[in-house]
Formats: sequence, C-alpha cells, structure tokens
Amino acid sequence: MNEPSLTLDCRGMRCPLPVIHLARRIGEVAVGEVVRVLADDPAARVDIPAWCRMRAHEYLGAADGDAFDVRRARPDQGRA
Amino acid sequence: MLAALDDGWADPGRLYTEARRAGQLLEAARAVVAEVVGARPDEVTFCANGTAAAHAAVLGGLAGRRRAGAVFVHSAVEHSAVLHAAERHVHSGGTAEPVPVDRLGQVSASAFADAVHRPGVALAALMSANHEVGTVQPVAAVAAACAGAGVPLYVDAAQSLGRAPVPAGWSLLTGSARKWGGPPGVGVLVVRTGTRWTAPHPADERERGRAPGAPALPAIVAAAASLRAVSAAADAEAARLSPLVDRIRERVVATVPDVEVVGHPVHRLPNLVTFSCLYVDGEALLHALDARGFAVSSGSSCTSSTLSPSHVLEAMGVLSHGNVRVSLHAGTGEAEVDRFLAELPGIVAGLRATAGVTGL
Repeated sequence: MNEPSLTLDCRGMRCPLPVIHLARRIGEVAVGEVVRVLADDPAARVDIPAWCRMRAHEYLGAADGDAFDVRRARPDQGRA
Repeated sequence: MLAALDDGWADPGRLYTEARRAGQLLEAARAVVAEVVGARPDEVTFCANGTAAAHAAVLGGLAGRRRAGAVFVHSAVEHSAVLHAAERHVHSGGTAEPVPVDRLGQVSASAFADAVHRPGVALAALMSANHEVGTVQPVAAVAAACAGAGVPLYVDAAQSLGRAPVPAGWSLLTGSARKWGGPPGVGVLVVRTGTRWTAPHPADERERGRAPGAPALPAIVAAAASLRAVSAAADAEAARLSPLVDRIRERVVATVPDVEVVGHPVHRLPNLVTFSCLYVDGEALLHALDARGFAVSSGSSCTSSTLSPSHVLEAMGVLSHGNVRVSLHAGTGEAEVDRFLAELPGIVAGLRATAGVTGL
C-alpha cells in the first residue's frame, strides 16, 4: 500500500521549493495515499520529515537516495 | 594594551628587557584565562584561533590516547571544527561515534555514558552549549560518566566562556576570544595536568609545545582584558538578555504563523534564539531583515557556501529552511528587540505573499 499515487519531480529545485510543491499538491491524493517527492537538494531530507511533523502527515522515509514518501494522514491542511 | 603594543614585538621566550616585559604580559593574560576557566596557568595555551584550538584538542587528545583505542565519541551537534577534526581522525583509520540529540538539541547523558563505556574509546567531546540553537548540554553528568569509564572529556566552551561557568570534570577545554567579545586571532586550549595529549603538529618550543609559532601578544592581552570584563558582567548581562530571549521566543510563535522556535526553552544560552519559518527562503529573509537594520545569521542551506543544511538542525530533526539565528549582545537593547518583533511578522508575510505560499 506504499506505492505512490502521485510523484512530484522536484529535482534541481532548492529549498524550500520541494516542500512548497508537496504542500500544494498533497490535497490531490486521498487520505491514506502516498505522495513521492523526488528532490536532490540536501535540505529535503531534513525539511520533508519536519513538514510532515508540523502538518501531521506521515513520513514514510526515503525510498531511494532522493525519493521521499509521504502518506496523507488528514483531510484538512493540518495547520496548527 | 598599549604596553602590549610597545613590547609586543618582543619574543616572550627571550631574555632582553622588552622580551621579559612581553613575557610578563603573556603570563598575566594566561593567569586571567586560568582563573575564569578554573585551571592552573600552566594548563592554559594560547592558539592561533578557536578553530586551531579545537583541532588541537581533538587530534592531540586522540593521539595521546592511541594505546587506549581509536574511537572518538562526540555529540552530533558539535561545532564543525570538531567534526572536521573527527573526519581527519576517521581518514587516518580511526572511528567517530556521534551521539544523537533530541528535538531540543540535547544529548542524553545516559546514551553518552553508554557510548563512552564501550571498548576502545580514546576521547569524548561534548560542547558546553550549542552555537546555532543555544541548547546547553549536560556536561556535569557526562563528565562523571567519562570519569567512570576512564575516558578524557573535551569540552568546547566557545559559547560559554565569559558568559557562564563551565562545569568541572573536563580534561581538555577550548575557547575563542572572538566569541567572548575579544579580538579575532586568539584561541585558548586548556589541557588538565595528567591528561595524555600529544601535539598533532610538528615540534615547536613555544607555548610548552602545545601551539606552534609566536603567540600574538597584543591580541592575547586584549583578549584577556575583555574576558575579565565580560566575566565580571556575565551575571548581570544574562539577567538582562535572558528575558529578552524569552520575549522573542513567545512573540515570534504568537505573531508569525507556521514558525518553529528551536532549541531548549530553559537549558539554553542567555543571548541566543533560533527559529525557522515554513516555506520561506532563508537567504531572502536575511536580506529583508538586513535591509531593516537587523544583522542576523542563518543555518539554512541556501545561505551557506556548502548548500548543505545545518548538521545541528538536521540532528534535531527540525525545519532547516527559513532559519534565523538572533544573537543578542552588549549593544542590544530592549527597544531594538521590540522593533524586531514588530517588523518580523510583516517581513515574513511579505516574503510568503511574493512566493505565493500563503494558505498552504
């Protein structure tokens, strides 16, 4: 069930753009589905899990060196 | 200071009149540092700068304990000077064991104790307080654990010297005059009597063989004078600045949406506060603040030459972009802090509006 429903190619983008793309597009998958972010900016490995924690989505880990999987865990935007 | 400039050309190791005066100035400066760190003067060495002192502490401490093992235990959030020395040690065939920190940037004393009790540990390193997020480390508890394991502890006290006392129990300690408000070009290495330490550089007779080259006497005299002054004022300055840091911590969270204040709220330096703004480019934020007259730093990768995120923020698992580090100093007053707090929400909102990231 961890196959991504949506893959965002953010390679070549610098922080914070990969996180911004993830925030803009996560609403396109159903709750429980997975978005994969491809990002080669080294900050992505820090900022994608941190964003998941701040927005209460589930960070599933880095499938590859630069592929980060996030499960949409809530229907709203999860803003505090 | 003027005496140091008059006689500072002389080699304090020689015997002519000016040289003897230079030697007296050097020893007086050494005595000041020794008193502040709680050491004997002959345990104090002046180095070219804080980075050189940290390199010498790590590599000299490891070399001196080569027969005990080759493992270097250190916190994951040590200054890059310590981590680069650790890299050198690993390239030379040694091992480095980073001890993780929690979300607030603190090591667990028990995890650190477990690490130093493993076989083959030559040296352990724990900073007194973190330079990026201000979190104070449990040095006393870790020093006790190191003593129990028979492992010398190196404390990088660059952030604490002149501001707060450093707990006892260390074998090696370093500091940087620039960080306590003194001139650049003076580092301090303190090697406790009985600590095994072998110079990592070629032999040199200056500074008891612990730092190569002639000491920078005028800068050292200035460094000692400023250390004496800031140490005398440290308690009053901490009492003045710490509530201002509390105010920044509270107001930033209350007035800026999607911001994380990082670092320990209580066990922290009195003068430093760090926060990260979601979706904001750190470099753009720094430039915007600079344009309003606020000189701040950042741990964001976009603002560093390496383009890597801060290893401190990464080890803590906190947001690395949109990062701002505010250091308050003797010249920072309440009015300036309040102006910063009044202007920050609008600056962040403006950057988010320009980037089209509002409401995400």
